[in-house]
Amino acid sequence: MARPEQPHDDEYTHVVPASLYISIWAALMVFTLITVLASFAELGPFNIVVALLIATIKGTLVVLFFMHLRYSPKLTMAAVIASVFFLFIMFSLTMTDYLSRGWATFAGR
Amino acid sequence: MATSTEIQAAERSFQHHFASIEQQRDTATFGMWMFLLTEIMFFGGLFCSYLVYRHNYYQAFVEGSQKMNIILGAVNTAVLICSSLSMAMGVRAAQMGNRKLMVILLLITIVFGFGFLGIKAVEYHEHWTNHEFPGPNFHFETGDPAHPATDPLHTEIYFGLYWAMTGLHALHMIIGIGLVTWLVIAGMRGAYSPIYYSPVENVGLYWHFVDLVWIYLFPLLYLISHKHS
Repeated sequence: MARPEQPHDDEYTHVVPASLYISIWAALMVFTLITVLASFAELGPFNIVVALLIATIKGTLVVLFFMHLRYSPKLTMAAVIASVFFLFIMFSLTMTDYLSRGWATFAGR
Repeated sequence: MATSTEIQAAERSFQHHFASIEQQRDTATFGMWMFLLTEIMFFGGLFCSYLVYRHNYYQAFVEGSQKMNIILGAVNTAVLICSSLSMAMGVRAAQMGNRKLMVILLLITIVFGFGFLGIKAVEYHEHWTNHEFPGPNFHFETGDPAHPATDPLHTEIYFGLYWAMTGLHALHMIIGIGLVTWLVIAGMRGAYSPIYYSPVENVGLYWHFVDLVWIYLFPLLYLISHKHS
């Protein structure tokens, strides 16, 4: 990386080495292959757990490196974590309704 | 280093209400993140309804997902990951002030984007001709028609979510291709430099976000279960 015209990291912004992007790309391709192969294994209820775990690892790699979150201000990181938190609030409050329907029985119904 | 013309171009892009060009860039990027977080909630509503109906009609969703072409879906996932790499490398070229390389990498990103949409169109055509589009012409049979394993109406819900989620994603791809085309034109005119490249960075964020959505859509819609009931 000895390009003389390249700006210094701290002067303008953080330039991620090309080799890191290629490593992330390779990891994403490998995880895509793993998720397809894993779906053919009969793991019962754990199929979806494995699929979502792999998707989340891939997503985290994309967000941290391709989207530069790792090199962004802490405020951006806090906003992203808050967004995921509120997404889970939406999922969990919705499911408290749908999962608990029929739990209670009432006189006359 | 930035040339004097690039510094002049960056000075023109610097708006007086910001304290510095760094603050202007951080503000623009944070604004883009805020937009993307609303996009998470936008897609989140569809993911939430997917969660509810998959929970209620799991077997019907399994039947529906077995109509998906896993090979085309996996190839499309790979195409999107490759497009994200060329986009990230394009942003990097913009950061380093390598205009020619940036334009080439952005053009490669556009090609991958059209490749994704082309493969998606093949899949859509297949589903359309198989009557797997919700509505009056929807037709779905599992096993013995007199005693179907699952209610076709429930599989219709699966296909409704499939078309809505992948369709909204495809719409984002089309918008993304438009935005990258704009970057190519502006980039060839010399609008960006190592000092000012916020549009490249922020369209890059949008492109990676659309890739991120597909990373979840692919296993949830294509890979539910291969076990035949």
